[in-house]
Amino acid sequence: MLTPEERTEIEAEFPHYPNRKAVCIDAMKIVQKHRGWLSDEALDDIGELLGMSSTDLDGVATFYNLLFRRPVGRHVIYLCDSVSCWIMGGDQQRNHICKRLGIASGETTADGRFTLLPVVCLGACDHAPVMMVDQDTHRDLTPEKIDQILEQYD
Amino acid sequence: MSDLVHLTIDGKPIEAPAGTLLIDAVRKYGIEIPAFCYYEGLALQAACRMCLVEVEKMPKLQTACTLPVAEGMVVRTETPVVADARKAMLELVLTNHPLDCPVCDKGGECELQDMTFRYGAGEGRFNETKQHIDEKQWSPVVFFDRPRCILCYRCVRICNEGMGVAALGIANRAVTSEIIPNEADHLNCDECGMCIDVCPVGALTSGPYRYKTRPWEMDHIATICAHCADGCKTTLGVRNNSIIRANNRDHSGLNGDFLCVKGRFAFDYGASQERLQTPLARVDGKLEPISWTRALKTIAAKFGEVRQRGGAFGVIGSNHTTNEENYYLQKFARQGLGTNNIDHHRTGDVITLIDALAGKGGQLATVEDIYNAPAVVVLGCDLSHQHPMLAYQLRANVRHHQAQIYPITPGPVREDNQATRSLRVDKGGEVEALGSLAAELKQAGGVVILYGDPVKGDAVRKLVDFGESLGVPVKYVALVDYSNSRGAIEMGLTPELLPGMTPSNTGGMRIGQMLASTDLDVLWVVGANPLKNRAALAGKPFLVVQDLFRTETAEQADIVLPAGSAYEKNGTVTNVCGQVQMLKKGIGAMGTKTDLDIFALLAKEMKLDLGPATPDALLAEIRTTVKGYDVVLAVLATGGAAMTGVNGPVAIDVPVDAIHSANDTMYTSGSISRYSKALTSLMEYPGELYSGKSK
Repeated sequence: MLTPEERTEIEAEFPHYPNRKAVCIDAMKIVQKHRGWLSDEALDDIGELLGMSSTDLDGVATFYNLLFRRPVGRHVIYLCDSVSCWIMGGDQQRNHICKRLGIASGETTADGRFTLLPVVCLGACDHAPVMMVDQDTHRDLTPEKIDQILEQYD
Repeated sequence: MSDLVHLTIDGKPIEAPAGTLLIDAVRKYGIEIPAFCYYEGLALQAACRMCLVEVEKMPKLQTACTLPVAEGMVVRTETPVVADARKAMLELVLTNHPLDCPVCDKGGECELQDMTFRYGAGEGRFNETKQHIDEKQWSPVVFFDRPRCILCYRCVRICNEGMGVAALGIANRAVTSEIIPNEADHLNCDECGMCIDVCPVGALTSGPYRYKTRPWEMDHIATICAHCADGCKTTLGVRNNSIIRANNRDHSGLNGDFLCVKGRFAFDYGASQERLQTPLARVDGKLEPISWTRALKTIAAKFGEVRQRGGAFGVIGSNHTTNEENYYLQKFARQGLGTNNIDHHRTGDVITLIDALAGKGGQLATVEDIYNAPAVVVLGCDLSHQHPMLAYQLRANVRHHQAQIYPITPGPVREDNQATRSLRVDKGGEVEALGSLAAELKQAGGVVILYGDPVKGDAVRKLVDFGESLGVPVKYVALVDYSNSRGAIEMGLTPELLPGMTPSNTGGMRIGQMLASTDLDVLWVVGANPLKNRAALAGKPFLVVQDLFRTETAEQADIVLPAGSAYEKNGTVTNVCGQVQMLKKGIGAMGTKTDLDIFALLAKEMKLDLGPATPDALLAEIRTTVKGYDVVLAVLATGGAAMTGVNGPVAIDVPVDAIHSANDTMYTSGSISRYSKALTSLMEYPGELYSGKSK
């Protein structure tokens, strides 16, 4: 069941789009904001409100990096694994993060602080390697810089 | 839309109605533009890029599946540039394709194989290791092999749009994209197998069919499905006298590409281990095998003796046997045995409808009408469960013509999802509730009304009165249950009516009376199971049963004769709308005889002269003597459906209490479905699919 707040917030988006299906990305973002991630039940609930099947919604949710179909940590690290970052030593940065946090790509730390996810290009190739933590982009990464950055998130 | 547009294709002048897509326009002229993702009747996808063509004055190649024809357009469909583009697309499609054609079920009828052969993309330039993902089983009947998938989305669209189920979706992105089922690792759906049918490659394969045969090793026999009353055409894939597959291979007939779970998978009931292969007779209280000769002689002697002394016969016919068999059986009963105690299980009130429409003509809807009508009303029937093909046509009507639909039912039905308005009424209140729709229906300009078994007798007359009052064309369908329920009524398997709905004006027992009677000397049950939910017969008649299985009724019989199934005989059947189609024998079953052959042998044994008893001769007799059945033979013989013209008045009292639909679900069809391994496996399968819940 969608909470009254979730429902109100989603319904507030309706006038911005020509039809209800078009609201699906916003609706999923809203529910994710409240619940942290999108469970099967969450998709069913949204689907009912928007007149969409949960498989349709799953298709959209899995298409976008910023929608989570599994629980994530308090902070999500998106590390670019595309060409420019790879050329500029992205692999080493990934290894450093994995070692420091004790997790592999795609995993969440035991204390629920960080989830590490690969992402394809953050549009800042001139400052590769690049990662994004939650909403902030961090450029020209080095192991030292990464240590500093991660300290800022608890 | 009817304005003709003139254009040139490959140097040939052609014309097509404005708005037609190029890919459709050229087909009529014998030009095929290849496509994987385009599928007639579904939303456009333009994903596969195989239909690229050159169009003059357009800088780049265009997708013919999304391009409407335009006046003066000059198109070239097979140039080196086009061929190069298609070859390049194939190379990409094949990047991760396993090229396992030698063991793939689709080999020999695979669109990807054909296209690769045609455009010669035999070698790819990718050196990287192919990504492999293991095959998954999503249900007892649906298997998915991701590496073979070309992401054409046909399966997703047919499930969403065609079936209204939306059990399939696409997860992830780009090279990791994958078709996903709605329940994480399995399907919760109709199990209709439409996704398998539309798959252009071997990505979706059928559980019962896989690894059994090569398509070219089968004989393909077009006949009519044996289950519900909709009369879908099906192509039986037969190898070594067994049916391996059913699909409507050429997409012809009333159903086009459609088959439901029963049509597609439940052809196997005839191959059940429980199938009778020899006649049985009661010896010391137990049924023991006997020879056909002895069985027929015993029955003939008994029938002869009872007729001689003026004893009482009762005959119960079938909803599944052919028109020819039904016609011959009533002749046997009435002329041969001298009884009018003949009936069958009635599942819908057709008779009152025919009477109420007397003298009007053309008001019985065909399947095509359901697809074309501006408005459709469904009264008291869960259409998706009981009439899957009619429901499919209804959804197509909404998609293609924006039809208004109005389900008026006791509970929620799938049609609600597309309904203009749904009304919930108690059983029996359907026609009453229609009044509130009068203005909308008038506005629509044409209506087809389908009604289930709660609407009978006076309610049907009120319904027709309502239809008359609208002042727009209204057509009707009286929904009945089984493959030849309509034919049973119209071939005279009721005491009240002779063939062609001619009143018999003679009394006779109905089923209920026969079962409760203590005066019957003989009860002859053909392809029916009246004792399914009942205790033993009230009296002790000599009970003869013709059936495929030892049903509850057969268990009580004195003699049981093993009969042939609908896939094992020739003849005709009449569907729910009154459209006649021809059955074609696909296989034979050891030890059995068709019901018609059994009747003929009994008649011979009893020295009765009932005329010739072959399907062809009887069809000829029916066409010349039965009112409304003067259908064109050529239409039937070429696999078409011929509308009957049975007309009123039918001046009899319809015994409305005898009319009960079995309310079969998507996975049942009377007694025969329980002998289908495929259906049984689906019923045992976890999930909601057999809960009877409509989505």
